[in-house]
Amino acid sequence: MEKFSTHTGVAAALQRSAVDTDQIIPAVYLKRVTKTGFEDALFANWRQDPDFVLNQPVFQNASILVAGPDFGTGSSREHAVWALRDYGFQVVLSPKFADIFRGNAGKQGLVTGVISESDVEAIWAVIAEHPGIEMTVDLGARTAEIGDLQVSFDIDDYTRWRLLEGLDDIGLTLRNEDRIAQFEARREAWRPRTLPVR
Amino acid sequence: MSTTIPDRPRTLAEKVWDDHLVVKGENGEPDLIYIDLHLVHEVTSPQAFDGLRAEGRPVRRLDLTIATEDHNTPTLEIDKPIADLTSRTQIETLRRNAAEFGVRLHSLGDKEQGIVHVVGPQLGLTMPGITVVCGDSHTSTHGAFGAMAFGIGTSEVEHVLATQTLPLKPFKTMAIIVEGELKPGVTAKDIILAIIAKIGANGGQGYVLEFRGSAIRSLSMEGRMTMCNMSIEAGARAGMIAPDETTFAYVKGKPHAPQGQDWEDAVAYWRTLPSDEGAVYDAEVFLDANELEPFVTWGTNPGQGVSLSQTVPDPASFADPNERAAAERALEYMDLTAGTPLKEVPVDAVFMGSCTNSRIEDLRAFASVIEGRQKAENVRVMVVPGSARVRLEAEAEGLDKVFTAFGAEWRFAGCSMCLGMNPDQLAPGERCASTSNRNFEGRQGKGGRTHLVSPLVAAATAVMGRLASPSDLPRVDAAAVRSTTGIGA
Repeated sequence: MEKFSTHTGVAAALQRSAVDTDQIIPAVYLKRVTKTGFEDALFANWRQDPDFVLNQPVFQNASILVAGPDFGTGSSREHAVWALRDYGFQVVLSPKFADIFRGNAGKQGLVTGVISESDVEAIWAVIAEHPGIEMTVDLGARTAEIGDLQVSFDIDDYTRWRLLEGLDDIGLTLRNEDRIAQFEARREAWRPRTLPVR
Repeated sequence: MSTTIPDRPRTLAEKVWDDHLVVKGENGEPDLIYIDLHLVHEVTSPQAFDGLRAEGRPVRRLDLTIATEDHNTPTLEIDKPIADLTSRTQIETLRRNAAEFGVRLHSLGDKEQGIVHVVGPQLGLTMPGITVVCGDSHTSTHGAFGAMAFGIGTSEVEHVLATQTLPLKPFKTMAIIVEGELKPGVTAKDIILAIIAKIGANGGQGYVLEFRGSAIRSLSMEGRMTMCNMSIEAGARAGMIAPDETTFAYVKGKPHAPQGQDWEDAVAYWRTLPSDEGAVYDAEVFLDANELEPFVTWGTNPGQGVSLSQTVPDPASFADPNERAAAERALEYMDLTAGTPLKEVPVDAVFMGSCTNSRIEDLRAFASVIEGRQKAENVRVMVVPGSARVRLEAEAEGLDKVFTAFGAEWRFAGCSMCLGMNPDQLAPGERCASTSNRNFEGRQGKGGRTHLVSPLVAAATAVMGRLASPSDLPRVDAAAVRSTTGIGA
């Protein structure tokens, strides 16, 4: 995972609440066995509407998405994060994220910042007035700046640190390999085993 | 380990968490939690195995890992090569990965193949007091046994394959207390749909739900699985129900259930799991079971539901502007008009299946309503068992004959039309009464419209051709009906 410190890019307003992962990437696109190349799948059904925000030329290169509350609800598909990332998004701001989506995003270098609903409205207003305007997101300071507006966002300390350092989770866990082995040595015999096959 | 266990009354969720603590996180770091059982399927695993391969890492615990094929599998002509090339590639990829890494796999055609959340319990691998993960949000199903079970993303699948652990922040706990007795025709599905409507599709975010109360205790294991399955539709990571005699009786004798002294040790431990008297939850919600009626969703998120006897709500009746806007969008997508009685809404299809409602008891309930009747003309009815074993069981009981005599299609096991990754999809504009778990836009096929219902409502709807409950059906000649199997809650 690459280190993330600050990012500047075009901000797009997704003026909907409860954007579920079936909308972010419909199930038919989950059949691929690769981890990249999902850019065409992002919001695939909505993108068939010519008026959809990402179909407007000024937003086609957007890299920051500002959405309504409850972003990423539903399925655990990490493909939703890959699709956003492959399209070019590096940051999503919303008043509320679904838990699994947010966890997945943190593992893939996609910054998910929680901002207040009034800040979302204010950012949408700035974008509406200046379509194509850029936003600067500073993960260290937990701030986002667009035009004259500066808002702060929430992201937990641990995820922020991992994103800033670009750290791989499995590597971090394996530093505790001896503790895992100790735990395994005292696991009770009744706990389930899939092997041998019965 | 005892030093990490707090000296105060604890909830079921806290006990299971504490007993899986490998490393207690400090200074804002997450805890490291041990995973007892990892369920794998074809959709969310290929990239995880690729990751292991790239790093030269093995699967740490093959004996705690099991895979099956479910999301992409066809439910017709399963002996032929899968027609859809990308689906076939994904399944062949799982087969290659399982062979290369040594993971136990139940492939299409095997009698243990099926929806991963039906397979775990029927093998006796799902049991109280364990941690279960799978790259699928409906892993919450297994919480019905008093297990801590939750869905994970593909990066986490790779993490568990490599380390058998996950770094996690503790969840908050919410008690959902359902007291009273269900009226006839009201089932676990109606309880959970009513709960989601009450707390909202985001009401459980950050929480583990614990379903409690007399109405929950009286549910069968199948009913409890239906409840916990849909915890995620309230936004919760997991749902749990304290293990009791019903749980132990269900697990006992299953192929992988503990035996002999292990069984005694396990039950003794399992009896310590229910939440202690005085344990504190971060939130509590009450629901009166006596008041519940058959439930149905009218919108495009599982929180948009009402009693079947009601009308399509007016978006203007929602005070919250986000909810109002969502309701407006939903009615447009669903092609519904505010004020229409839901029982007047005609359907094109009925889907009986999915990890929510495809166990033998669900099939029995569906059969009990339709037996001796004919499906409505122009309604397509699909019955898809949750696993190959459920299919065999249903056929042994003669349920398949009830389904086919009714005019329903009796299919092979898989996720099928719950999410339409295989050919089982709605056509654009088609309306479906579905026993599945999500009514999202396009979930069952692009442009398809979904109403979530219980197996009993699905069955009555298939008879009437419009949304209906069994009490709406005209009586059938009793002599034409063989003795029906019990209707489970």
